[in-house]
Amino acid sequence: MTVPQLGTTVRLMVNGAPAVLAVDNRTTLLDLLRDRLDRTGTKKGCDHGQCGACTVLLDGRRVNSCLLLAVAVDGREVTTVEGLADDEPHPMQAAFIAHDAFQCGYCTPGQICSAIGMLDELAAGWPSAVSDGVGHLDDAEIRERMAGNICRCGAYANIVAAIREVAGGD
Amino acid sequence: MTRTWQTAPAVGHPLTRIEGLDKVTGHARYAGDIALPGLVHGWVVPATVARGRVRALDVGAALAMPGVLAVLHRENAPRLADIGEGTLFLFQNDRVPHHGAPVALVIADTPERAREAAERIRVDYFEEPHDVLFRPDHPGLYEPDHVNPRLPTVTDKGDVDAALAGAAVLVDGEYRTPAQHNNAMEPHSSTAAWAERRVTVFTSTQHAFGTARTLTRLFGFDPGTVHVVSEHVGGGFGNKGLPRPDVVLAVMAATLVGRPVRVTLTRPQLFALTGYRTPTAQRVRLGADADGRLVALEHRAASQTSTLLEFTEQSASYSRAMYASGNLRTSHRVVALDVPTPRWMRAPGEAPGSFGLESAMDELAEACGVDPVELRLRNDTGTEPESGLPFSSRRLADCLREGARRFGWAGRDPRPAARRDGRWWRGTGVAGAHYPARTAPTVAHATALRDGGYVVRVGAADIGTGARTALTQLAADALEVPVDQVRLLVGDSDFGLAQVAGGSMGTASWSWPVMTACHDLARRLASGEPIPPDGLTSTFDSTEAVGARRDVARYAFGAHFAEVAVDVATGEVRVPRLTGVYAVGRVVNPLTARSQLVGGMTMGLSCALLEESMMDAGTGDFLNHNLADYHVATNADVRDLDVAFVDDPDDELNPAGVKGLGEIGIVGVPAAIANAMWHATGVRQRELPINPARAAL
Repeated sequence: MTVPQLGTTVRLMVNGAPAVLAVDNRTTLLDLLRDRLDRTGTKKGCDHGQCGACTVLLDGRRVNSCLLLAVAVDGREVTTVEGLADDEPHPMQAAFIAHDAFQCGYCTPGQICSAIGMLDELAAGWPSAVSDGVGHLDDAEIRERMAGNICRCGAYANIVAAIREVAGGD
Repeated sequence: MTRTWQTAPAVGHPLTRIEGLDKVTGHARYAGDIALPGLVHGWVVPATVARGRVRALDVGAALAMPGVLAVLHRENAPRLADIGEGTLFLFQNDRVPHHGAPVALVIADTPERAREAAERIRVDYFEEPHDVLFRPDHPGLYEPDHVNPRLPTVTDKGDVDAALAGAAVLVDGEYRTPAQHNNAMEPHSSTAAWAERRVTVFTSTQHAFGTARTLTRLFGFDPGTVHVVSEHVGGGFGNKGLPRPDVVLAVMAATLVGRPVRVTLTRPQLFALTGYRTPTAQRVRLGADADGRLVALEHRAASQTSTLLEFTEQSASYSRAMYASGNLRTSHRVVALDVPTPRWMRAPGEAPGSFGLESAMDELAEACGVDPVELRLRNDTGTEPESGLPFSSRRLADCLREGARRFGWAGRDPRPAARRDGRWWRGTGVAGAHYPARTAPTVAHATALRDGGYVVRVGAADIGTGARTALTQLAADALEVPVDQVRLLVGDSDFGLAQVAGGSMGTASWSWPVMTACHDLARRLASGEPIPPDGLTSTFDSTEAVGARRDVARYAFGAHFAEVAVDVATGEVRVPRLTGVYAVGRVVNPLTARSQLVGGMTMGLSCALLEESMMDAGTGDFLNHNLADYHVATNADVRDLDVAFVDDPDDELNPAGVKGLGEIGIVGVPAAIANAMWHATGVRQRELPINPARAAL
């Protein structure tokens, strides 16, 4: 049987470095990062956009990288958990360590990217189910806005504390 | 060499995780993250019938696809030894034991190509009638020879029937818990690579040593052939405690194609292939005097297993150790269905069993008009009720009293359905908890290097427990050096015999040889023994020492307090507060210990309100086999969690004095929440999960 060649060349920036590669059109952004670029910090928990473990920042906004085809992010800028630290850990990474906001660590890259994206959403005045997005970041707001990132180890209480510290809230 | 102990002892201090920076920066490599040259990918083809035989397998279309190297199935798979582990006896015959069981594995150069080729494989089945629905009156229920882990099926002390007949107060309740799936965030993944007559296996396991041992027996390999590595593990909660099909398939496939092969299961595949908590049906009968003192306790539990092997959850065993009763009977029955095989999930036995007994105790408190905390104090005991053995330590009463104080239990209005706050009914509840404090043989090696550093190797697994950090602290103190001079290596089968990271036995078991080997090494260094170029090593095997301990009953204890708010109209249940107080021996690291207990309580909350794997009678598949339909607690479900410890010095355990705390945090939490539900609404919740349909008034 004849099989069509399912390939497209994509160009994207990953953690500030350009990447140009021919990809199978079925490849997700998540698998591109993990299997082609060896950026395995981004994790696959469900591959269905249900757990948040694969959260990365796409042009600064949090997305589930398992729900995006690589060909659909041509020309975009991707930041993964490996791209957050300079010489020092990002304040969110440091806060996760200090507050023991993880156990097995598998959801952690997604939690951290999600938390950074979430604080930017808040700063931009995006509403949530618990508030109109204006003003104070309390624990209920953090819990609601982080509800898309599952932590099966149950580190939520410490995740909230870590984010609260970085956000400078209560 | 100068050795100075520059810091205070490390044990007892809230040291952050040794591997914390690696985990938050994405540099920690889990099993599916290891890059290997020439790596190819296996994709499981699951059975689509619940029972039958494979009549024919057409792999032609798949093999013709680009990038496909081979299709593994019963005609070309390596032969395996039947070691009594039916879930791993893959591709050895044409039998389909349950929906989702592997019938083939496609191997291709990319995951995308393997996955598409797997869709092209045509399987014809001889389909047979199947039986997949558990029910407490199933005619196939029988008493097995033993229950997990190897406990007696039945115990019977005194005359329960006579005592029940003469009791002033009776409680007779039936309690149900559903099938639940572990759902660790990291799906099971295994990569196998042959080199120089050895196969190295990177796999997500709670037990590298046990996985190597099982693979060696299964494949009939020479000793030393298998090397299992699992440096970081993305959670387990029991279902990475034993090898699962992914690791067997990876070794088979690497053998067949002569290249490294990775087999990662998808989230839906996990539901059929990696174990789950069985559904249970329990009956608890309590007889008491008018003051609530038990005169008889009977706890019966029924559960399911598969046709592949017999696994019986020990749910009634919880009642063998908890409350005093002169007359005590516990029993188990199991039925083998055409379903995936249930196995360990966090506190197997104690988690569902405590829902039965601790709910019944609340009903007894109501029937006697006694406060539920006071009722438990009245039934405290100095000896294990079933065996009569003394406890090494039992601080249940202290946990209950301290929990009551922290939670603000005093002055609680006992009346149900008496607190309405706008659209919410509010109530509070309590439950006790225990979990066995076991210790098992392990080997560890401590090495002093010439540069002043130390390397300690033990076949432990850190699945998020903080074991790596706690063991580093214990080793540093034994060596009398700062923690940053000690490098603790885990997750490698070559380190020798080691206990699985399960049964809350990890740190209790691993610390014994770690501390002893470190003490021995420190003694040798102090005596002036020179360090050879490759280091000076002390090795200790704790087998003899563990076996020589006195026969006493060893348990961790705890108490859980819950507040619930129940929406009058919708039945939505919120848990604004949970308090857990624990007696778990010595707390090596209060930071990671608290996290583990918070995690257990969170899973308990999730178990109480959300989790249920729904078996479909028609297909034999778990219908909600994904994280959108199988609900686990999210951040928005969890509110205030309060954890505290009571002092629990205990010299009868192990050199570290630890009891283990991976599981006790979940035990009793569903009962505490269900009891609070009754207090809030006046309606007893005897079946989990307490979803809105059950909670609606």
